[in-house]
Amino acid sequence: MKRLLILVSICLVAPVAAQTSLPPAPYADRQLDDPQQEAAARDLMEELRCLKCQSQSIADSNAPMAGDMRSQVREKIAAGESPEAVRSWLVERYGNWVSYDPPIASVVTWPLWIAPIVLLLAALWLARGRFRKPKDGE
Amino acid sequence: MIAETGLIALWLAGALTLLQFILGAVGLRTDREAYFAAIRPVAIAQGLFVALSFLLLIWLFLRSDMSVKLVAMNSASVKPLLYKFAGTWGNHEGSMLLWVTVMGLAGAFIALFERSLKTRTLVATLAAQAFISLGFYAFLLISSNPFERMFPVPADGQGLNPLLQDPGLAFHPPTLYFGYVGLSVAFSFAVGAMITRDVGAAFAKAMRPWVLGAWIFLTLGITAGSYWAYYELGWGGWWFWDPVENASLMPWLAATALLHSVTVLATRDGLRAWTLMLAVVAFSMSMIGTFLVRSGILTSVHAFAVDPERGSFILALLALYIGGAMALFALRVGTVKEGSRFELVSREGALVANNLLLSVILALVFIGTLYPLFVEAITGDKLSVGPPYFNLATGPLALMLVAVMAAGPLLRWRRDNPRTLLNRISIPILITAASLFALALFTTGMSILSLLGMGLAAGVAIASFAPLWKRNLRRTPMHTYGMVIAHFGIAVALVGMASEASFTEEKLVAATPGDEIVVNNWKLKFEAIEPVAGPNWTALESRITAQYGDGALHPINPQNRMFAAAQTQTSEAALLTRWNGQLYVVLGDGDSEGRWQIRVWWKPFVTLIWYGGILVALGGLLAMVGRLRRGYKQRKQREFAEAML
Amino acid sequence: MNRWLLWLPLALFGLFFAAFATGLIMPKDNIIESKMVGKPMPAFSLPGAVEQRPALSSADLAEGKPTLLNIFASWCVPCIAEAPHLLALQQAGAEINAIASRDTPQDIANFLNRWGNPYSRIGTDTTSKVQLELGSSGVPETFVIDGNGIIVHQHIGDIREEDVPKILKLLEDAK
Repeated sequence: MKRLLILVSICLVAPVAAQTSLPPAPYADRQLDDPQQEAAARDLMEELRCLKCQSQSIADSNAPMAGDMRSQVREKIAAGESPEAVRSWLVERYGNWVSYDPPIASVVTWPLWIAPIVLLLAALWLARGRFRKPKDGE
Repeated sequence: MIAETGLIALWLAGALTLLQFILGAVGLRTDREAYFAAIRPVAIAQGLFVALSFLLLIWLFLRSDMSVKLVAMNSASVKPLLYKFAGTWGNHEGSMLLWVTVMGLAGAFIALFERSLKTRTLVATLAAQAFISLGFYAFLLISSNPFERMFPVPADGQGLNPLLQDPGLAFHPPTLYFGYVGLSVAFSFAVGAMITRDVGAAFAKAMRPWVLGAWIFLTLGITAGSYWAYYELGWGGWWFWDPVENASLMPWLAATALLHSVTVLATRDGLRAWTLMLAVVAFSMSMIGTFLVRSGILTSVHAFAVDPERGSFILALLALYIGGAMALFALRVGTVKEGSRFELVSREGALVANNLLLSVILALVFIGTLYPLFVEAITGDKLSVGPPYFNLATGPLALMLVAVMAAGPLLRWRRDNPRTLLNRISIPILITAASLFALALFTTGMSILSLLGMGLAAGVAIASFAPLWKRNLRRTPMHTYGMVIAHFGIAVALVGMASEASFTEEKLVAATPGDEIVVNNWKLKFEAIEPVAGPNWTALESRITAQYGDGALHPINPQNRMFAAAQTQTSEAALLTRWNGQLYVVLGDGDSEGRWQIRVWWKPFVTLIWYGGILVALGGLLAMVGRLRRGYKQRKQREFAEAML
Repeated sequence: MNRWLLWLPLALFGLFFAAFATGLIMPKDNIIESKMVGKPMPAFSLPGAVEQRPALSSADLAEGKPTLLNIFASWCVPCIAEAPHLLALQQAGAEINAIASRDTPQDIANFLNRWGNPYSRIGTDTTSKVQLELGSSGVPETFVIDGNGIIVHQHIGDIREEDVPKILKLLEDAK
């Protein structure tokens, strides 16, 4: 139990013992000059999951690995790649786990995306008997 | 001796709870008045003993009695007094004791003050309440005794998780617990009503204050929790759709639906079965929430008290209570009549729409949260469901809900004319259209969801006051004011959310002292880095002054804190609140060349999110006070009339 | 209302209960496996980490003979624990190449002097670039690569004594 607790809290409260003495990758904490590209990178980074601190996006995580991922994302966006291309580059390597946005066209995750419609229809069906027709009189 | 007294009080309270359950169960079966009469004092005594036990635990924490294992593990003698106090429930055992204490006190309260319910239903309710408490007593007394002693006595305690040392967090968990317990009372009422098949307006009126109370606490708890996450975690976000956050949102969604359906039941005697089901679901969600947080089966940033063993205990209780209640529902509700019907365009119609939308949102949050667990169990695939899914799946439904919220209070009960409704909401519709047009014209970079949200919020803010239109304001009942303020609060929060999502500006810089950082109209001057010391930590603090335009200079000093006891480091963000937004600064690590990583956000109108939340809770409070006062007056009048006869 | 509909909540609850119970019984691992297993090694070229060993590029990993690619760091404690087992693998005839993750030449040299050097080539990956290419999520990790440069296996975490024969077998099978 103790171990689990430590594992989780390590991401928020950094242990004093250092992980790596090396400075972060160039674009880990440096914004791109083009505000539009930076915004695109930013939006993408918020949807990518950190491998070390697994309940944070790489945008939020202080883990060195997350910094390296941020740098890669920014560099690729700066090189003109589309955010979706960068996302699928990572998904190819780490699986769907790495993206907070489950794909629609996947055998495993399409039920998630039709759930809102199915549930809404079910709700309407459930409510159908509840109403009286307007002209029923009192 | 304090610890032993506390334990004895806890055992006594547990025994009284057992007695309360037996009296209720046997009494209902044999229909004996004597049993019915005895259950009230037993419930009151139970509440008193468990409260005594909890007070003694608080005392142990305040005295820093390290011979008690729980204190030694979760407190330290140098800790500020507030955190010694809050440390009582900042751990598993203490929080469970707090839970049964609030439940016990709630039972005592019902026994003392509930007069309008039929005796049999009241007895069944108290028995159900005792049955739920019993599980928690068993949990505490068998596997998590908070008063356990420790030998040898350690010189000092291990301290609290530094992240939890924060005034917001000291009161966040108890607030949620009050909410959960309030829902447990609503659940007990529902079970009691299902047992005696007595579902009607009186039952709804007896249950309503508890639902309202629970809902107020849940609203406050979520608002405070969101603000805590916002400034303590230092990422500038206020909602992450993290499993633990979802676990706190789900009971709130269910309670909100229940609050509205119970009104239909109390006023129009409709939606009987649905209200019962919602009461069961609302409590299920708070139990499931507790389970998800404690069991650690989902990865979360907020998981502080993870323990699979305790998780299985909670799961067993969950199966017993919720499974039992749902079986009871299936067996009994067939004989409960659905109650009076109504037309589609009517107040009830709007409330049904509210309930269905809330239920669908609840289901989506639930499915989204647990989906990765399901998939991994079945196919072994790992996947993540996060903000992109939740925002897209629930956002449009939430906007529909807000639109219904604007129109609902303007409708008449039972039946209304669609055309006159359109007349009544023409002004809000015009305002929504105008603001949508203005936003689309004058702003850039707003997502469709934010744009619609902001436009809708403008109309809803006006519409929420419409129920007061052309009314004698002094004779308007207090609960109507409550509703108006709560609905207005939703609009306020919505503006904050949309603004934060659309207009936040961020700057990341590696700065040396003397550097200037510009964000929006703000100029920040990084003056120096200095060490500072607190009661149980030391920190590096960056001295920064911020200036808006040519305005005054404001200090804003984020820190990197080192906690001596736990050998850990946390980042303390610094916030500067202005009427039109918040400046948010985080100090990162320094590099070998003397540069410091500084992260700055300007978040226009972000505070409206939490002000909105507070308004919603305030509206709830007004409604509750108004309802209770009215109920009291009506009872007095009835008693007077009876006395006259 | 249909009678069966009334039982639906209980049925749904049963379903979720089962999910919760399995979630509790099956302890969760937080390991994210690389999806690159079964695929060719992505192209990369890393500078040498220390003077005694040559640099490493993806071409070195497709020279006809199955190889091991170990990712390690001097700041990583489990890497110390697996060092003797890597030496054992090398003595059993395995060719081991390495990527040093987020490390300095001096620290790497000290680490190798102290805990042994089983590596043929060592590339230094200061910004985790190649690690990300490989779908690796931490240190230490060891990839088994066949003679054509196809990744056939990923071992996550330190190599224990009991893993040594397994890895030798994998190398044998990859021939």
